[in-house]
Amino acid sequence: MTVKKPFWNPYAAGIGLGLVLLLSFIVTGRGLGASGAMKRVQAAVVHKIDPTYAEQNPNIGSYFGPERGPLDAWIVFLAIGVVLGGFAGALSAGRIRIETIHGPSFNRESRWILAVLGGVISGFAAQMARGCTSGQALTGGAQLALGSWVFMFAVFGGAYALAWFVRRQWI
Amino acid sequence: MDGPMSIEFSFGYGAEMTAALIAGIGFGFFLERAGFGRADNLASIFYGRDFRVMRVMFTAIVTAMTGLYFCDLLGIMPLSSIGIMDTYLWPQLVGGLMLGAGFIIGGYCPGTSIVGAVSGKVDAILFVLGIPLGSFVFTVSYDSLAGFHKSGMMGRVLLSDVMGVPSGVVVFAVTLFAVGALFAVSKIEAVVNRSAGKAS
Repeated sequence: MTVKKPFWNPYAAGIGLGLVLLLSFIVTGRGLGASGAMKRVQAAVVHKIDPTYAEQNPNIGSYFGPERGPLDAWIVFLAIGVVLGGFAGALSAGRIRIETIHGPSFNRESRWILAVLGGVISGFAAQMARGCTSGQALTGGAQLALGSWVFMFAVFGGAYALAWFVRRQWI
Repeated sequence: MDGPMSIEFSFGYGAEMTAALIAGIGFGFFLERAGFGRADNLASIFYGRDFRVMRVMFTAIVTAMTGLYFCDLLGIMPLSSIGIMDTYLWPQLVGGLMLGAGFIIGGYCPGTSIVGAVSGKVDAILFVLGIPLGSFVFTVSYDSLAGFHKSGMMGRVLLSDVMGVPSGVVVFAVTLFAVGALFAVSKIEAVVNRSAGKAS
């Protein structure tokens, strides 16, 4: 059994994340992201079911070029990297464990329902905002883009506004 | 150098995708080390108990921002040479509020849910599966959403443009804001955890 290692000091982890973001800007001219890859997965599934509809939809139609499929894009490779890096991190720290995270007075099944619901809301929200915490708050935040800062404060605002209502899930 | 390396050295498609993959590996690794693969670590910021999320995020933003604006100042890589996030004020405001709602209800945001999922967290796996579903709802209702989605379009607007001050001033102000906010939240943490300790 590997011993579970503690998480890093948050400032050290923050500097690490910041340097990855900075290097990404310097090497590729782009920042980081996550939801864009999920949007493309969704687009690929829609295309499998109904190619004509997918190609004519103004939201995802541009993903189906003659040369490259919807999954052949930098953001998808970045997400594959997150899978590999996250797995390597969890494995090397002895943190891979099948479990459901929830507060002491909340049952597992209800947590599962809220997890799916939260995912659905986030998927919709990230499309609306053209990015998520990675693509907007981190990337656009570091660039000092106006809309990304509006987004970041809105994320905190939305979560704090609802925290009381779902408190039993967490505390 | 006067632009990102991908342009300077005219990266081919393979090189660009490899660079993205490597960036992702670093991103995933540090998210995991930060403790962001667990919903409880992420949610506790919203109950004032542990502001780890804000510490990591603000430190990352200040680090990347300082480096980015330093490169711009030295002329190594002008900001105009990289992809700046366009501002669409209203959809970013509403999308942000909704993402915050998804965060506290579901326990993750899209990036952190991937890390949680590969660490074996069942709730994170379910959250990940929900994301393309929400994305699908957006796609099928795009006709009625398109108008709002394009509202408040302002293009490449930086905080320094809005405030009418040199970008160096904003970099300095954001750093001060981050330090001040992190100082304030450690006070809040101390108060919340003291009263929680008394209650139990």
